[in-house]
Amino acid sequence: MTVISQPPRRPSDDRLKRALREALLAGLISLGMFVLYVGLQTTQDIRNQLVLNQRWGLLAILVALAVVGRFLIVYLLGPWFAARKAAKAARAVGAEAPPQNFLRRNVGWIALLALMIFPMAMLWLVGPQKSLKWVDNYGVQILIYVMLAWGLNIVVGLAGLLDLGYVAFYAVGAYSYALLSLYFGLSFWTLLPLAGILAAFWGIILGFPVLRLRGDYLAVVTLAFGEIIRLVLINWTDVTRGTFGVTGVPKASIFGIWSFDFNAANSFGKLFDPELRRPTLNSAYKIFLFYVILAMCAITAMVTIRLRNMPIGRAWEALREDEIACRSLGINTVTTKLTAFSIGAMFGGFAGAFFAARQGFISPESFTFHESAIILAVVVLGGMGSLFGIAVAAVVMIGGTEALRELHFLKTLFGPEFTPELYRMLIFGLAMVIVMVLKPRGLVSVRNPTAFLHERKAVSSAFTKEGHG
Amino acid sequence: MTQATEEGRLSGDEVLRVEHMTMRFGGLIAINDLSFSARRGEITALIGPNGAGKTTVFNCVTGFYKPTMGRILMRRSGGAEFNLERMSDFEINRDARVSRTFQNIRLFTGLTVLENLLVAQHNALMKSSGFTVLGLLGWRPYKDAAKEAVEKARYWLEMINLVHRADDPAGDLPYGEQRRLEIARAMCTGPELLCLDEPAAGLNPRESLELNTLLRAIREKHDVSLLLIEHDMSVVMQISDHVVVLEYGAKISDGTPRHVQNDPKVIAAYLGVEDDEVEEVLEEIEEVAEEATHGHQGGQPTGDAR
Ligand SMILES: Nc1ncnc2c1ncn2[C@@H]1O[C@H](COP(=O)(O)OP(=O)(O)O)[C@@H](O)[C@H]1O
Ligand SMILES: [Mg+2]
Repeated sequence: MTVISQPPRRPSDDRLKRALREALLAGLISLGMFVLYVGLQTTQDIRNQLVLNQRWGLLAILVALAVVGRFLIVYLLGPWFAARKAAKAARAVGAEAPPQNFLRRNVGWIALLALMIFPMAMLWLVGPQKSLKWVDNYGVQILIYVMLAWGLNIVVGLAGLLDLGYVAFYAVGAYSYALLSLYFGLSFWTLLPLAGILAAFWGIILGFPVLRLRGDYLAVVTLAFGEIIRLVLINWTDVTRGTFGVTGVPKASIFGIWSFDFNAANSFGKLFDPELRRPTLNSAYKIFLFYVILAMCAITAMVTIRLRNMPIGRAWEALREDEIACRSLGINTVTTKLTAFSIGAMFGGFAGAFFAARQGFISPESFTFHESAIILAVVVLGGMGSLFGIAVAAVVMIGGTEALRELHFLKTLFGPEFTPELYRMLIFGLAMVIVMVLKPRGLVSVRNPTAFLHERKAVSSAFTKEGHG
Repeated sequence: MTQATEEGRLSGDEVLRVEHMTMRFGGLIAINDLSFSARRGEITALIGPNGAGKTTVFNCVTGFYKPTMGRILMRRSGGAEFNLERMSDFEINRDARVSRTFQNIRLFTGLTVLENLLVAQHNALMKSSGFTVLGLLGWRPYKDAAKEAVEKARYWLEMINLVHRADDPAGDLPYGEQRRLEIARAMCTGPELLCLDEPAAGLNPRESLELNTLLRAIREKHDVSLLLIEHDMSVVMQISDHVVVLEYGAKISDGTPRHVQNDPKVIAAYLGVEDDEVEEVLEEIEEVAEEATHGHQGGQPTGDAR
């Protein structure tokens, strides 16, 4: 190779050439892939004969998209990423500056305060009818997932046990409340703790044989347990009414003092004007539920934060890091895992009981693997272990999917037949991929140490191990 | 708890006794009928060529492997005796007070240095937090115990010269400091027998010296006996009181460093020669050693490092 004869070349020249080459390649590949699927379309006409439609225009659009997209990625986005990476590496490798200012330190309290005002603000801004959507579809829905994800966070984020069947405990909680309140007439406030305890109990029962497994094996077995619980719910028709589900699950009451049943003697509605009663009572119930789940979330967060700073919480995180080292330090890893599993399950059970009271109807359909996957996605997306990151991820993911229902302007863009709901999952998946590319360790990728000698420094998660136990 | 059924089978100055221990992995006999004992307050070194089965002995003593045959007895300073081969790994640390480090360091890299030392005090803290329940409610004695735990961690950080790195992630430390931190972490569990698996492996001479100082300090200030696997003969000769030599899973020599150093079998094992050629080799070694001392005056590798 003769180095001397080469003319001096600017790096951007190189990049342009490479980008053009890769764009051409992408165009060829997409042409090859799409020519039969998109370019040619067969349909049956009225006489059941196959008709071949040619759609070269559409094909050209797709290929052009691929060419332009690839070109832009290689020419513009690539260097940008490289620069970002270099900048990151240049910054201190270890710890990042601790969040110091007032706003960041008290973010939890500020968020809690904002959420306390939220239903009232909505009521005042858009009126009782429209506020329902904001308080119930967005507020309550998101908070349920926040609570579930915080519960699962104890198992996956702290203890590092990959649990793909978390929804089983959600189901146990929901069915505990629904069935016990229907059969024995117990109230929401007695059954809420009971549902949590039952779910924790099931967590221990399932945990005992399962937690000897590690990593992928654990994931597969928990997945199977989630399905088993669902199948039991479907097939034990005498008790659970199978696929028909349980209808008429009683509503929660205000600590037994007022009821939200319209006809009850102590109905909360009696406090309102007679002609406004029914709709007002309904939105009052939703607002009440909002505050209930908000309080439950707050308790979950408080308990989790406290547990993290206790020896048991530290042992969970140590377990995620290195199980063998834990045992060499005298930590009984089986009971440590079991506590993580059962406390996580307990929060799932609480959320389940609340869910049943809110819906008034539950069926096994609500507890599929899809649900487990979403909860896990929230935990991973938020940054394993970070309550704040997880809450943000829940708002983005659950609120986002709700919001996609409302993108009516897309109809004017893509024609009246376009239904954004159908593309929700696609957009959702895309968003997840983007977040994971930009922030591979979740939205919050630093770990707050549980104790410090001189100053609290956040630990970059580059050092944490993901856990295989 | 698996206390030995008959009392007093170990004499008072014995801390650990391994009797006829055999460990098989499938067809491979990693340890073959090994017996030795370690005395209280001493540093017992376990040496031998690579693959001799030293780490396997440690794994059996600390419960990570169950020996195929044999007995392992441990006697605590209070007189309680334990059959280690019947106990599980975490019980051996918690009840029999045997603590260990690993040949390839196993720190909690994502936790801070201080947190590593606090995790090691898990059992004591669990008890004082009323198994989490009382601690969760903000019980006063737990708060005091937590403060004490931090103080104990600070003491050990001072011992290993790492106070200034207390709040950094353990994975961020250089290799030598990670080794020392692992030893401090093992000591935070309050052991009576500390097993160190090649603590000097991969250290530079300065780090190696710091390690020796640390081990001496541990022995002087704490009521703990040491079981030590070491490759570096000079380290072994300097700090150990008693040496056990393994080859192919069997004991080939046992005694004071001096005795072991001059044992023909040991020399043969380390140089890889047959037994009957040992005499020749010994003579050669002596010649070489003499030449060396004449060549550079007093260039002893096992010089005084105090
Ligand atoms: N878990 C295991 N499974 C199978 N063979 C093992 C295992 N652990 C150790 N061995 C074998 O036992 C022998 C002794 O190994 P080891 O105790 O690690 O030697 P060393 O003296 O170098 O520490 C080696 O041949 C090793 O391959
Ligand atoms: Mg070894």
